[in-house]
Amino acid sequence: MTIAVVDYGMGNLRSVAKALEHVAEGQPVQVTSSADDIRNAARVVFPGQGAARDCMHELIQRDLQDVVLQAAREKPFLGICMGMQVLLDYSEENAGINCLGLYGGDVRFFGNDLRAANGTRLKVPHMGWNQVQQTVDHPLWQGIEDNSRFYFVHSYYMNPEDHSLVTGTTTHGINFVSAIGRNNVFAVQFHPEKSARDGLQLLKNFSRWNGK
Amino acid sequence: MSLAKRIIPCLDVKDGRVVKGVKFVDIRDAGDPVEVARRYDREGADEITFLDITASSDNRDTIVHVVEKVAEQVFIPLTVGGGIRKIEDVRLLLNAGADKVAINTAAVFNPDFVKQASDRVGSQCIVVAIDAKKVSAEGESDRWEIFTHGGRKTTGLDAVEWAGKMAAFGAGEILLTSMDRDGTKSGFDLALTRAISDAVPVPVIASGGVGNLQHLVDGIIEGHAEAVLAASIFHFAEYTVQQAKEHMARCGIEVRL
Repeated sequence: MTIAVVDYGMGNLRSVAKALEHVAEGQPVQVTSSADDIRNAARVVFPGQGAARDCMHELIQRDLQDVVLQAAREKPFLGICMGMQVLLDYSEENAGINCLGLYGGDVRFFGNDLRAANGTRLKVPHMGWNQVQQTVDHPLWQGIEDNSRFYFVHSYYMNPEDHSLVTGTTTHGINFVSAIGRNNVFAVQFHPEKSARDGLQLLKNFSRWNGK
Repeated sequence: MSLAKRIIPCLDVKDGRVVKGVKFVDIRDAGDPVEVARRYDREGADEITFLDITASSDNRDTIVHVVEKVAEQVFIPLTVGGGIRKIEDVRLLLNAGADKVAINTAAVFNPDFVKQASDRVGSQCIVVAIDAKKVSAEGESDRWEIFTHGGRKTTGLDAVEWAGKMAAFGAGEILLTSMDRDGTKSGFDLALTRAISDAVPVPVIASGGVGNLQHLVDGIIEGHAEAVLAASIFHFAEYTVQQAKEHMARCGIEVRL
């Protein structure tokens, strides 16, 4: 019943692993870049932090694209931040990067002149605690109140072609997709491992989720 | 529904222990970083910043261990600053559990480092710390310059221009400290905070001078900061983070309660 945290050299894997260990009773958490470990795990967490180009480069370098995609097709799979964005076809970051293409759509820059409804200029990166509106009931939202705040830090947002993927939205100048889910896949733009109680609840829900 | 303004307690860490310098001279010992971080987390802190004031000398690894220990128990964002000069320093701290690193002096001496670091790990992990001091005389229009070495050495760089340059080079956030106010408890330099907040597209954290809860409110409303950082008012339990947030909420500021 291992939870594999995919290590491709990008970001705060230790925090993700520690947060999972904190909530996933009896399930070993393994930070790994081994394709076999990912194949053998009961659950896979695909985190990510950093630039899209480097994320894709490191995944390719470690030959992990296929095994990650395979996991996303067959077992409980949680994408976090960049690990959510690269599930789409393409990101605008770093002058344009092709991504994993599990879902149609692209990842776009918030822009340098982002404004709130009242005209106030908004800062980019979108950094801090913002509310997530739960657009569907989902096992991963269990025990988390609608419009709870989670910690975000990103300058790009995902724009999936298929809106039935959307499980949560957030407003920062625009209303953007902050969580998606389909079958055994759930993915979030925010960092549950850094989102205090509600973030830990989401990870706990994932650790008990059968992917349905 | 919008992004909450953040309250960030700051811990100055020396040799693995929390200290707080007043004007960078007097230092009082106030405990174990893990315990203090846990307390702030329980009180509702939005993030915690560690400034490693031993970093320029030997003990480089101490702060890495502190971050590792804190990140095992505290599940909110952690920023680490002090002595970060190489991309390896950045990677080491991020891997230990830090979410952001604050680059200060190294940015002044090698601005391209900010570009390299943000290109490698993403702007969102790179905070540029700016220590600014007013250099304009009474009656002149306001002007602040960047200082290094704990406020002792001027660089001749205009603070507002420098902040803009750092944002353009990939800083995801600016941690702005007024060296005139740091340790004085007389409030942020609001003119400085506003000048820089209005000039850059990225979030600005106001720092230096907080002595009461109204100062935090002023930093947001008058200084236009996205976040406020304070040490001693929380550190010596004059106020809890929760009290600070309640006060900000009463003043109409959106906070995470």
